[in-house]
Amino acid sequence: MSRILVSEERCKGCLLCTTVCPVEILQQSERLNQQGYKVAEVPAGSMDKCTGCASCATICPDMAIEVWRSKKPKKAA
Amino acid sequence: MPKANTAAQAGEDLVFTRPNALADRATHYCPGCHHGIAHRMLAELLDEMDLAGRTVAASSIGCSVFLYNYIQVDTVESPHGRAPAVATGIKRARPDKFVFTYQGDGDLASIGMAEIMHCANRGERVTVVFVNNTVYGMTGGQMAPTTLIGQKTTTCPGGRCQDREGSPIRMAEIISQLGGTAFCARGSLDSVKNIRQAKKYMRQAFEAQTKGLGFGFVELLSGCPTNWRLNPVAANKRITDEMIPYFPLGVYKELSGDDTCGALVAGEGK
Repeated sequence: MSRILVSEERCKGCLLCTTVCPVEILQQSERLNQQGYKVAEVPAGSMDKCTGCASCATICPDMAIEVWRSKKPKKAA
Repeated sequence: MPKANTAAQAGEDLVFTRPNALADRATHYCPGCHHGIAHRMLAELLDEMDLAGRTVAASSIGCSVFLYNYIQVDTVESPHGRAPAVATGIKRARPDKFVFTYQGDGDLASIGMAEIMHCANRGERVTVVFVNNTVYGMTGGQMAPTTLIGQKTTTCPGGRCQDREGSPIRMAEIISQLGGTAFCARGSLDSVKNIRQAKKYMRQAFEAQTKGLGFGFVELLSGCPTNWRLNPVAANKRITDEMIPYFPLGVYKELSGDDTCGALVAGEGK
């Protein structure tokens, strides 16, 4: 399963990631981080829609997102 | 491969994390500022092209003044606008080093206009990354030479007037006309597609130096949500709707075949 990891201490809540997600699972949370920004999050239960495209991480100006992509199943010989 | 912050789970690959050349610390930039994206692209290329160990950067004055805090290479802090002159000195003294400058539009297109023009015209084997956000960001949003017609800033509160202040300067077009330029392009940081394309341009500008071809220049259209008085999402939309039509994206000059811009620096590219 592909997934992303948002570093809440690095997120500045600019929400650029929410505009580029092709499956629209990123959104603003109600949690504030130490700097007082409302961080981006993937709500519980939505992460299995993640395709691992890394668009959110590419547009994130603060390197707050790390992306893991599931390996493609190998074709049967 | 850079180290991930978390352990891998079974059956997955790490596809995106912090490049080694980028320091693991929060930046001082405002939310939605594109300097962070430009820094990451630089650091990724330094990693991918294996240049980080032999790079000297010349940073500028502006919001990017703290470049040395973020990119893990040796950096010389240049006087305002003089980064191309400093980079020239570094490159001529140490031709084996990879030298780049990172400058904003107030720095490069205004006070440093003479330095960038002559550096490009001489065909110095350096690379210039030019971040164009149409205002002086650090000092509070004054009008820059690249400010668009009608754009309101603190020094043109009624909007830039063409009759009084002239038209915005298109730097990529100007630099592409100079004889020493080996590669010149303009990219944008407003969308994922444009960011990926801009990274390819930046790679070609780096290669103009590593292959010893000549001067490499890449302009990046970027946003300044704070001084544009917009939120980050609206600032990105402004780049798409207003900046890209005036500052067209694309490659403006690229040497073909075995062409080089003279043989100024011996030993480069070997």
